[in-house]
Amino acid sequence: MLRVDVEKKLGEFSLEASFTSEGRVTGLFGASGSGKTSLVNMIAGLLRPDRGTIAIDGDVVDDTAAGIHVPTYRRRIGYVFQDARLFPHLNVAQNLDYGRRMNGLAADPAQQKRIVDLLDIGALLDRRPGKLSGGERQRVALGRALLAKPRLLLLDEPLGALDEARKLEILPYLVRLRDEANVPMVYVSHDVAELRQLATQIVMLKQGKVTSFGGVKVLA
Amino acid sequence: MSEITPAEWTAILLSLRVAVIATLVATPFGIALAWLLARRDFWGKSMIDALVHLPLVLPPVVTGYLLLLTFGRRGLVGGFLADYLGIVFAFRWTGAALACGIMSFPLLVRPMRLSIEAIDRRLEQAAETLGAAPWKVFATVTLPLALPGVLAGMVLGFAKAIGEFGATITFVSNIPGETQTISSAIYSLIQTPDGDAAAGRLVIISIILALGALIAAEWFARRATARLHGN
Repeated sequence: MLRVDVEKKLGEFSLEASFTSEGRVTGLFGASGSGKTSLVNMIAGLLRPDRGTIAIDGDVVDDTAAGIHVPTYRRRIGYVFQDARLFPHLNVAQNLDYGRRMNGLAADPAQQKRIVDLLDIGALLDRRPGKLSGGERQRVALGRALLAKPRLLLLDEPLGALDEARKLEILPYLVRLRDEANVPMVYVSHDVAELRQLATQIVMLKQGKVTSFGGVKVLA
Repeated sequence: MSEITPAEWTAILLSLRVAVIATLVATPFGIALAWLLARRDFWGKSMIDALVHLPLVLPPVVTGYLLLLTFGRRGLVGGFLADYLGIVFAFRWTGAALACGIMSFPLLVRPMRLSIEAIDRRLEQAAETLGAAPWKVFATVTLPLALPGVLAGMVLGFAKAIGEFGATITFVSNIPGETQTISSAIYSLIQTPDGDAAAGRLVIISIILALGALIAAEWFARRATARLHGN
């Protein structure tokens, strides 16, 4: 469960968002400049709200009144960025293993194999990120985030940098993740079709305000 | 050209020892400072930046004299170190290493700073979302990606240290076997009648060392670029 009730001023722009989501995939929908990425960055702890609270699974990670701000690295979240942000000095296998190492988790070859198979990246393990296509990079980034065993996965327009054909290549993997990976997700997009396929709940943002909240039908 | 004499070898080996120690001791400070200058904003930052670059523009004899005043036996720091820790810099090879370290510091820091500035901070953010505490982000992402720049800075600093003359001779004089480096040996030789051949040999060695260092620095810089592009 994700509970968000925050305010943040960024220059001229002000963001006010309040919602509680129980869905497996919470779709954050809005045009560019509506504050989607800022909101996700606040959930990730990369941006600090001016006022308000954020709770992940009942665990309060931000509460400005109580002076609580859990740093990003202790939030146990996964974050898939639009630009995969793989570590260029590590190969795919090392990138995938990074979160496990940083969190001091025991090796889990079964889980590793499951995710690698789910995302079809077994053939890429020895390669460097510079030698991957955009779609491959994004699949590896998904795997890397999942293998850190997050309790919430944030995806900020993960298909945004890909062309139509690549989008169609990745979308089925995301659907499989939703149905099989058992991690709640926040999925940011300005693409109605994408959200229709993936989201179970929608938070609609317009110029920094939540304008509607509910099932996928609010997209209509 | 004739053989290198034992006295010349002494100067060459001393120069190498001085430059190696100066570079190795300066490197951790250089990395820390490069990171601070590249990644943090704090009060007095431009002041520190200027201070680091000062040896580059100050007459070396001034730097040497200031070192003598500070680290000499009667100097504020030098007196303390000699009395309580038994560390003496004045007229010792360690003093030559200190002078070379300070004179080469701006050249050592610069490539390190540039390479840290060139790292995409979004990669560090990604590491943090994967559970890496700030020092782990530095150790596993920042430092490895900056490594070619760090090595380039070390090479340049080393090259500068091995050629340093003005501050060294002012601070620790020109004592054969203790503080006489290649540069001060050349200086002595060209003031001696018949010293030309020996001076010539040391000049050639200086050129080889400097060229080698520049080529190495260039190579590391190219590696850095390749690394950042993930090849």
